[in-house]
Amino acid sequence: MATQQSRSAARWMMAPAVVLLLGWMLVPLVMTLYFSFKQYLPLRGGDLGWVGFDNYIRFVTSSAFWPSIQATLLIVGGVLVITVGLGILLALLLDQPMWGQGIVRILVIAPFFVMPTVSALVWKNMFMDPVNGLLAHLWKFFGAQPIEWLSQVSMTSIIIIVSWQWLPFATLILLTAVQSLDTEQMEAAEMDGAPLLSRFWHLVLPHLSRAITVVILIQTIFLLSIFAEIFVTTQGSFGTRTLTYLIFQRVLESQNVGLGSAGGVYAIILANIVAIFLMRIVGKNLDA
Amino acid sequence: MARAVTPKKKAINTAAAWAIGLLIFFPILWTILTSFKTEATAIADPPVFLFFDWTLENYQVVQDRSDYMRFLWNSVIIAGGSTLIGVMIAVPAAWSMAFVPSKRTKDILLWMLSTKMLPAVGVLYPIYLIFISMGLLDTRTGLVFILMMMNLPIIVWMLYTYFKEIPGEILEACRMDGAGLKEEILHILTPMAIPGIASTMLLNFILAWNEAFWTLNLTAAQAAPLTAFIASYSSPEGLFFAKLSAASTMAIAPVLILGWFSQKQLVRGLTFGAVK
Repeated sequence: MATQQSRSAARWMMAPAVVLLLGWMLVPLVMTLYFSFKQYLPLRGGDLGWVGFDNYIRFVTSSAFWPSIQATLLIVGGVLVITVGLGILLALLLDQPMWGQGIVRILVIAPFFVMPTVSALVWKNMFMDPVNGLLAHLWKFFGAQPIEWLSQVSMTSIIIIVSWQWLPFATLILLTAVQSLDTEQMEAAEMDGAPLLSRFWHLVLPHLSRAITVVILIQTIFLLSIFAEIFVTTQGSFGTRTLTYLIFQRVLESQNVGLGSAGGVYAIILANIVAIFLMRIVGKNLDA
Repeated sequence: MARAVTPKKKAINTAAAWAIGLLIFFPILWTILTSFKTEATAIADPPVFLFFDWTLENYQVVQDRSDYMRFLWNSVIIAGGSTLIGVMIAVPAAWSMAFVPSKRTKDILLWMLSTKMLPAVGVLYPIYLIFISMGLLDTRTGLVFILMMMNLPIIVWMLYTYFKEIPGEILEACRMDGAGLKEEILHILTPMAIPGIASTMLLNFILAWNEAFWTLNLTAAQAAPLTAFIASYSSPEGLFFAKLSAASTMAIAPVLILGWFSQKQLVRGLTFGAVK
């Protein structure tokens, strides 16, 4: 039904978006690749020539690399477990009949709209401050020694902050999926006397599996690149230097652009591995 | 799967959900409350919850000391500008993909999405260098452009899913009547697409408002938006909980209110239609 004329018009209408995104993707990417093969120190001599794969080798053999991978995986893994686990429970609860459902939903979703620098600073000072923080008061109330959250249990602290930010997202998406659950099937199982746990295991969880996968993939992509939360709390000290933060330090703080760029290429590869799985699911949904 | 339940069960559900909801919301509530305290009350031991002398002085101090309005204005310009330009570029693209699909439409959509997966830190230096050489560092223009590019894939994608819901029969009917492409867009599609476009803009405004990688790394004094303004509080100076709270409240209030209206779009916009 589309005429030749409307086809060529369509192509023109798509052109600006496609060209811009192509440029946005290719220009910086090619530059990063270019720098990654150079010894490039803007403040200490500038471009010192080609060095082959030296930067790539130095980046992974530096003593900071493996701890940064470990920190990254710990944060991503910890936040995923907490947000998906609590998200499922919360979604099931919010789906139940209750008074004031709309308001509770808003309360639960609110943290998602708080900008990362605010949530990190509020948690850091007003909750996790070892002297005046609310958690310190709570600990003292129970007669315990207050914890120095961001230095003694830095990783746990970051995971708590980031989980608080992402729990709303997981809950909201899982709630959307729960709401499309087949009521009759659930009722039939209930009448047959299937216990709560087995109903959850055999009916609810399989129904949610796709939404859970999507939550995991999307959150992983965002969590791999969290930055502000670390920037305003620990600045990467106390074992919280993630891959993203390490690259940031190499590039902007120590101005070792070649080395940082090689790190950037690793980060891009890592993100792409996750992205491939996400795209496959999204693509399948496009056909349907 | 809402069903009829006994009042007792409903009461238990309500109590549990409200307790958890308030617990999750508590850090925000506490920040808002603290912003109305004096610095001394803010760190009182034991903490005071509601019964204190409410004061507005923190808001005054924050405004006087750091010129809050300028940061606010930068945030509005950057988030608003990037959203507006993004939508202007994305509407034609999404329109053509939704109504004149070709064999490659799906690939183009997925490719656009994949650009969103590129980790920002991977291209930090190139962007930094481009910004320096073009004089864009610490300018609102530069940030409008960056955030527009960051969100363009999401904007195209959301608009596409909204446009897809407009029934094709209407278009065919008006083509039969001999309406040209221009009439078709102006009189048929635009009215039907406005709710979708509005929701898309809302969500993207929020995403741009809260973006905190590029806004922290590419601004200094001139173009810094609220994200950077708040980050300047990360080095404490004496008593500052109440001032930090006031600044935080001012930074998040506009978006919290907007967020209220965008709950539904959140799912669509951030899962790319993968969860319905």
